[in-house]
Amino acid sequence: MLNVLKIALRNLARYGRRTLLTSTLITLGVVAVLLFIGIAGSFKALMIGQFTDGVLGNLEVHRKGYVASIDSLPLNLNMSPAMVQKVEQVLDKTPGIEVYSERVKLGAMFSNFTETTSIRVNGVVPAKEAATIPLMPGRLIEGSKQPPLLKPGEILIPKLLAQGLNVKLGDTVVLVATNLQGSVNGKTFVVRGILDSASGPSGRDGYIDINDARSLLRMTQPEVSEIAIRLKDPAQLEQVDAQLSRELAGITNQQGKQALEVHTWADLSPFSSIVKMIDLLTLFIKIMLVSIVLVSVLNVMIMAVYERIREIGTIAAIGTPPARILSLFLTEGLLLGLGGTALGTAISLAVIYALHLHKIVFNFGMQQGLVLAPSVSVRDVVVIVVMVVLMALLASLQPAWKASRMDPVRALSHV
Amino acid sequence: MQLIRAEQLVKTYRAGEVEVPAVKGVDFTIDAKSFVAFVGPSGSGKTTLLNMIGCLDHPTSGKLTVLDTDVTSLDRRAAANFRGQHMGFVFQDFNLIPVLSVYENIEYPLIMVQNWPEQKRRAQITRLLEAVGMAGQANKRPDQISGGQKQRVAVARALATNAKLVLADEPTANLDHDTAYQVLALMKKMRDELGTTFLFSTHDPKIMAEAEVLFTLEDGRLNNATLVAKAEAAHA
Repeated sequence: MLNVLKIALRNLARYGRRTLLTSTLITLGVVAVLLFIGIAGSFKALMIGQFTDGVLGNLEVHRKGYVASIDSLPLNLNMSPAMVQKVEQVLDKTPGIEVYSERVKLGAMFSNFTETTSIRVNGVVPAKEAATIPLMPGRLIEGSKQPPLLKPGEILIPKLLAQGLNVKLGDTVVLVATNLQGSVNGKTFVVRGILDSASGPSGRDGYIDINDARSLLRMTQPEVSEIAIRLKDPAQLEQVDAQLSRELAGITNQQGKQALEVHTWADLSPFSSIVKMIDLLTLFIKIMLVSIVLVSVLNVMIMAVYERIREIGTIAAIGTPPARILSLFLTEGLLLGLGGTALGTAISLAVIYALHLHKIVFNFGMQQGLVLAPSVSVRDVVVIVVMVVLMALLASLQPAWKASRMDPVRALSHV
Repeated sequence: MQLIRAEQLVKTYRAGEVEVPAVKGVDFTIDAKSFVAFVGPSGSGKTTLLNMIGCLDHPTSGKLTVLDTDVTSLDRRAAANFRGQHMGFVFQDFNLIPVLSVYENIEYPLIMVQNWPEQKRRAQITRLLEAVGMAGQANKRPDQISGGQKQRVAVARALATNAKLVLADEPTANLDHDTAYQVLALMKKMRDELGTTFLFSTHDPKIMAEAEVLFTLEDGRLNNATLVAKAEAAHA
């Protein structure tokens, strides 16, 4: 095998310029794909992290139909305490779940005593919310980031609202809300912090203590609008989603129908479409790479066989087994693919490492100064390398097969 | 001892709808360790006959036995194996592998065809390089040596696997006369030293005079009278 390798290498060197061109093409293709995967993949991961760790959580559990009407924050679709207890029993015994946070969501009127506007508010258990949404303190552009996130009687308000109504840290404001029975109630809060806006749903919500929310809504029992869940490993999203959906399907309403729904962050955020588009682009660029490798290696190998017909006739005549002739040409194609891939991977990793060190700063939607540190997983690198090498082998297969099946007499008389 | 036996050997090529007979019912036998030339004008069937003996081509009909093997029944893989085990080839255009050195060209069949161990290979190649007078050129590439030297390397390559039969199609056609005689002398010397049977084709009258057994082909038929006369002369 070593001798086949040696001869194949020399044959590639014989047509040095052609080999260099093809290898360069493969190298450029690999660099383009790995850089795209590194940058787009890191962007995707960063943005998903912004949503899951800054606003939504990885998964959310709602009463069935709540998400369909989420724009109106329907209080009649809150989960009852008994229902919440059952859900939490399931969550506590599900291994992939790290922590969860109950929320009461409501729409209210926000007043600074001179001006009034509407606001969406999340009533949360501060410690649990901070654990479930760990980037939340980082969104505070004013106010202490030290725990607790907030105390009873305090409110975190979004930046745009604070700017619009000229509300400062420590100001007293009023929330007025209508409860399920139509009763209107008001409650004063002290502004504890001002939150930077986040992209997507709930990115411009305010936060109060869950008991304040229940008090404002005059709830007779501790209902919950949603339970946000943080997973130990976000990569387990689909498995945990499936397991939870299965387990919670057993919780039914009075009509005996399924009472609850589980939603992933992707179900709740429009960014999931961008993620799909990034995945589609990644697939597209991978297909382009496959095409580049396939066409360039096929072209080189067809030429190699065509130009060496007499040589093939000679080695066949002196008794070289067809399988060895096949392996000789396959090895040439393989080496072409390997060479281009090795160089491309090395260049890509160096560039990605440099970008990782120097970071890319960019704005996305309302979010300013996002810092991207591109990286690429070992798995992605292995997939690309294996894909290119397999394509190089596949592209060499037809010319190599042709060479191995060549009639020595015809080959020797070829001019 | 008979090395090759041909009985009513026929080869017909088909060009579209037209059948072109290349060899028309040839009978002959060739003894081991002989130095044989197939002669005749271009198109007389010399190369076709050598190709059939060399298991590169199948006869259309007839019987051909080489080294006690009915080579007409060999499939492609078996024919390749048979060639690799028992035969060597020398070509008009030398057909050395350009990316390999002189040493590596001789080594090629020992690695790619017969898989000899390193030490045994080295001893064989060194011996052959000395025998063909190319010991000083071992590391040169084919494009760095002359035509005569290339053909010497080709002879060494043909003999590398201890072939019992070497087939040479017009081995001197691309060489000047002096070099051609040197190559033939080398082939004859190797026959004497190794006991290898050499079959070559030529249309050059001066070169054919070097053969010990001469088969003259005309229009695909063997002229037996020439064979007998030459054979008798050779054995006299």
